[in-house]
Amino acid sequence: MFKDMFGKKKHYKSTPNKQSKKEVPEGLMQKCTGCGKIFYRKEIYRNLFVCPHCDYHMTITAYERVEQLVDNGSFEEWNEDIQTKNILEFPHYQEKIEKDKEKTNMNEAIVTGKATIDGEAAAIAVMDSNFRMGSMGAVVGEKIARAVEEARIQSLPFIIFTASGGARMQEGVVSLMQMGKTSVALERHSRAGLLFVSVMTHPTTGGVSASFASLGDYNFAEPRALIGFAGRRIIEQTIREKLPKDFQTSEFLLEHGQLDQVIHRHELRAVLGSLLDIHSTGGETDEART
Amino acid sequence: MKHVLDFERPVIDLREKIAELKKLTEEKDIDLTEEIHTLEERLENLEHDVYTNLKPWDRVQMARHPQRPTTLDYIEHLFEGFMEMHGDRLYGDDPAIIGGVAKFEGTPVTVIGHQRGKDTKDNIYRNFGMPHPEGYRKALRLMKQAEKFGRPIFTFIDTKGAYPGKAAEERGQSEAIARNLKEMAGLKVPVICVVIGEGGSGGALGIGIGDRILMLENATYSVISPEGAASILWKDAAYAQQAAESMKITSYDLQDLNIIDELVPEILGGAHKDLERQAELLKPVLRKELDSLSSLDVDTRLEERFEKYKNIGEYASSEI
Repeated sequence: MFKDMFGKKKHYKSTPNKQSKKEVPEGLMQKCTGCGKIFYRKEIYRNLFVCPHCDYHMTITAYERVEQLVDNGSFEEWNEDIQTKNILEFPHYQEKIEKDKEKTNMNEAIVTGKATIDGEAAAIAVMDSNFRMGSMGAVVGEKIARAVEEARIQSLPFIIFTASGGARMQEGVVSLMQMGKTSVALERHSRAGLLFVSVMTHPTTGGVSASFASLGDYNFAEPRALIGFAGRRIIEQTIREKLPKDFQTSEFLLEHGQLDQVIHRHELRAVLGSLLDIHSTGGETDEART
Repeated sequence: MKHVLDFERPVIDLREKIAELKKLTEEKDIDLTEEIHTLEERLENLEHDVYTNLKPWDRVQMARHPQRPTTLDYIEHLFEGFMEMHGDRLYGDDPAIIGGVAKFEGTPVTVIGHQRGKDTKDNIYRNFGMPHPEGYRKALRLMKQAEKFGRPIFTFIDTKGAYPGKAAEERGQSEAIARNLKEMAGLKVPVICVVIGEGGSGGALGIGIGDRILMLENATYSVISPEGAASILWKDAAYAQQAAESMKITSYDLQDLNIIDELVPEILGGAHKDLERQAELLKPVLRKELDSLSSLDVDTRLEERFEKYKNIGEYASSEI
């Protein structure tokens, strides 16, 4: 079953080649990254960037995610002005950052803020894999840590959508330490008895999967997302065997007890809304918790 | 057989030459005392030159030296009556992480660390010091035990990284590491982490969150191995030396970046030259840090731990 999902390309001989693709007016049509079929962008948009044909969950930007998820007009962004510094003076790093800033119109690979979902307030963080593969450097770590801390101060649940290749190599050990920084902040939030929900989207790997992404009171994932610690190629080289096709997918993780649920994008908002509702009423008081 | 690193080749050569002359003096009864004396002086200078001007790549080799002291070596020289405890109570026992109880100058403590092997057979048993999830879960179990009984925790970091294997992924390598980061952040007892060799990425950090992060002079700490970085960034692992420089992975770099709390000097030529003397250099540092942490109440300690991590990282902002 799974091989159909990635192998589809060759079944559609009518997939336009590069030249005819150019003739498609920019922004009018969009190709499914899963099966290669072309759709009106409007149709894809209305379907929350899920392919109407193969159900593939396409990559979306952080702001598209926010728009899909929260009550209309309720989003208030936090710390959008924090910007990346080339801490290690790593060769060509600043140029790469500038290029991605231009490409994405974002300052960094994450958007944080406060919003309501079905009327329930929450602090949210959404990573964007279009910006340096969503990798975590000092700014991503700082924005998450600040959002978590602000959530603690305001007694809000914290919801994160992860999409990241892992730590950002050009920030070296500083990026590694962001795993610690975010986890330490989440521990404090958790100790205050507050809710943390992690929704892993494609891809969630390396240092991000090995820190906050896995630390939710509930860990969810979108279908068919790549989620794992080490890269497939590294593992294959290490163990000298071919890995199954569904290795490190959401479904694989669910089967191995690593996720609470795999949730279709169409259902996400409803599930999160219900969960926030469950956590907003009843329960023991703070004093009863230890 | 002695393992010789490239950069120390001139030192070894000169040392061999001196030994040869000494042998000649004895066997052939020729008096070369004068020459030997000159060479020995030169050797001393050369050693000083070579070992005090180590490049990042030299330190990488030093940190990976097959004879470099391991967690068990330090345990033997720093603690009394270590009793190893096994197993994560969930799946198995990972020999790549060891842990147990001991006394540190009379104080009951819990000690945990990555454990490399010293020869091929030992390394296969220890999986080259690369832990599976059960290693991290054993570590957490022992840390929770330490917390219950109010024992301070020492961790020794020395791994290339968490094992990138199929079974490790299936059993939740990410979750095991992530959970440790969070749980260590909240431990009510003092936690002192010492990077003694290679601090390889998340696999190192998985037992590396604490009140104090100490680092031996020739240890390294990085987000990815220099080879790994080179093959990703320059598409060629041969650029590892360059990557080692760019990535800032030495103890001096980490001190500049305010990530480690203390840089523990090594004896000339590296810790493996004399374990006993190296342990003597480390012990008073551990004592000092433990005393300063023990004097704090739990809330203050947790607050300071939180602040310590909060302050890691730099960024720019156009604050209005």
